[in-house]
Amino acid sequence: MEPGEVRSNGGFPATRHSAIERIRDADPETRREAFGDLVEGYWRPVYKHLRLTWHLDAEDARDLTQGFFADAFQKAWLERYEPGKARFRTFVRVCADRFVMNMRQSSSRLKRGGGVQTLPLDFEGAEREVASRGLVTIPDPDEHFHQEFVRALFDKTVQDLRAEYDERGRPIPFVLFERYDLAPVEGVSYAQLADEFNLTAAQVTNNLAQVRRRFRERALDALRGLCGSDQEFRREARDLFGLDVE
Amino acid sequence: MSTRASGLSDAAVTRLRALGRWPEFESGRYSVTEEIGRGGMGTVFLAEDEELGREVAIKIPNALASAELERRLRREARVLARLEHPGIVPIHDAGRLADGRLFYVMKRVRGRTLREHLPAVPDRTERLRIFERICEPVAFAHAQGFIHRDLKPENVMVGSFGEVMVMDWGVAKTVGSLQSAVVSRSLQSESAVPVVSQSHQPQSTVSAQGQVETGVGTVVGTVGFMAPEQARGEVGDVDERSDVYGLGAILFLLLTDRIPDVDSSRTLRLLKVPRPLAAICDRALAVEPAARYQKVTALADDVARYRDNRKVDAYRETVFERAVRFGRTYRTAILLVLAYILMRAAVAFFARW
Repeated sequence: MEPGEVRSNGGFPATRHSAIERIRDADPETRREAFGDLVEGYWRPVYKHLRLTWHLDAEDARDLTQGFFADAFQKAWLERYEPGKARFRTFVRVCADRFVMNMRQSSSRLKRGGGVQTLPLDFEGAEREVASRGLVTIPDPDEHFHQEFVRALFDKTVQDLRAEYDERGRPIPFVLFERYDLAPVEGVSYAQLADEFNLTAAQVTNNLAQVRRRFRERALDALRGLCGSDQEFRREARDLFGLDVE
Repeated sequence: MSTRASGLSDAAVTRLRALGRWPEFESGRYSVTEEIGRGGMGTVFLAEDEELGREVAIKIPNALASAELERRLRREARVLARLEHPGIVPIHDAGRLADGRLFYVMKRVRGRTLREHLPAVPDRTERLRIFERICEPVAFAHAQGFIHRDLKPENVMVGSFGEVMVMDWGVAKTVGSLQSAVVSRSLQSESAVPVVSQSHQPQSTVSAQGQVETGVGTVVGTVGFMAPEQARGEVGDVDERSDVYGLGAILFLLLTDRIPDVDSSRTLRLLKVPRPLAAICDRALAVEPAARYQKVTALADDVARYRDNRKVDAYRETVFERAVRFGRTYRTAILLVLAYILMRAAVAFFARW
């Protein structure tokens, strides 16, 4: 192992307890952290779902996203999730739909900041993503929600991966990953990257293999935390990467 | 909690998802170009062998760090390495991916599966020729001590020149060795319903693809093409005759374009399949292994005899049928004799006038 190289555990993601399990923990701090993990994993899909499926304007979508998660925390209804009935992300989407319907029925549109605990969410960033893709019609809300869930999951994983390599003072593997996999220039090759970074083609191959492996481990680890059960995790992992995870 | 902007495009997300199963080689010898097949145990990728400048197919297990799948894949590779036959895909290389998974490299097989190929072959005689070519590698494997156990049209590739390859030896079993002899594949789908329970393994399930799984997730065949003793999970009773059953099911498909069921004899009659051929099919599909052809070569020989208009072992023909077959076999000679007799009769007739 080279200095600073990130050690992996042979393909298995490190075991992370499901956030859905942790929000039922007796310890309030554990519950709060678990809820934070769930918000981090699901707020963007929820926001974009409200924007594109419910056709809410940006301000309403932002308020209702804040309201939805604040309500979920205060009334603890995410804890009522039953793994046997549906995937957790389906449960979240359906809950969001009900929340919006209830808000509409009661005609009590949430006032911005009024009575709702404000979560530090990057709505401007999410809105830029919505704007960049345009306000398209969503033919399948569940599929769209899933797509956005995956995007949020990968986005978080990529950011964590970047931080991991930066912390270890060995940024080149991640830069190669960024150049070749995240935003590839048309026709970029291992040989070109090797020339550019003064490496051999084999070193480029090995570096990319290492970062991809770490990416997959981290993504699976994060996914495990956001699934309601082991069975759901295995199913989601297969959907995500086409891989069976034991 | 995150407060940064996301930058991942749809293309990046798609690529990252693909990276999960995309094989990454530590050496630069193989450049993967596309995924060409996915089964219960592994995924097959098309790749360029940079050393030899040829296309190859590379199979890798679907699961990460699964000792069981690795054992199965290694065993499949070793089975293929031992079966050198033009009708069995040759293996070129084996090794480990950068993530530790085992892989093996084999010849890239071009063509279509038998099921895809069938509509292009309406002629029964040509279909029988294909069937005989399917029997050849299976008989060879039996001679080497291997039973395929999952013969079905999807596991037979037909090339553009009619060449046949029997694929997917992942559930092959060594004849006479039950202990660790089974090479099997994991269930592809979770959407399975119980269909069989038996003594050796407590429960079997059938997947959406019709593949049957036993207790701990091992596939032992495919519904419709699987011998009854396999379906019952009687592992000890599975032998060459189980493959005879699978071949019989393929023959049934070739003759009727249907998958055999409990009433396959009736189907053969209704579709007016010639009786000798129907009898061959019935014998191959017999419920009791003892009532089937005991060897694949015997089955193939009987089909060849039918194609050559000779008497088949599986069918006791009537005197009339024998006469008709005799007539067909010696049609030219009979016509010549008849013509000669008629000519002589005509000459005699006109001579009297």
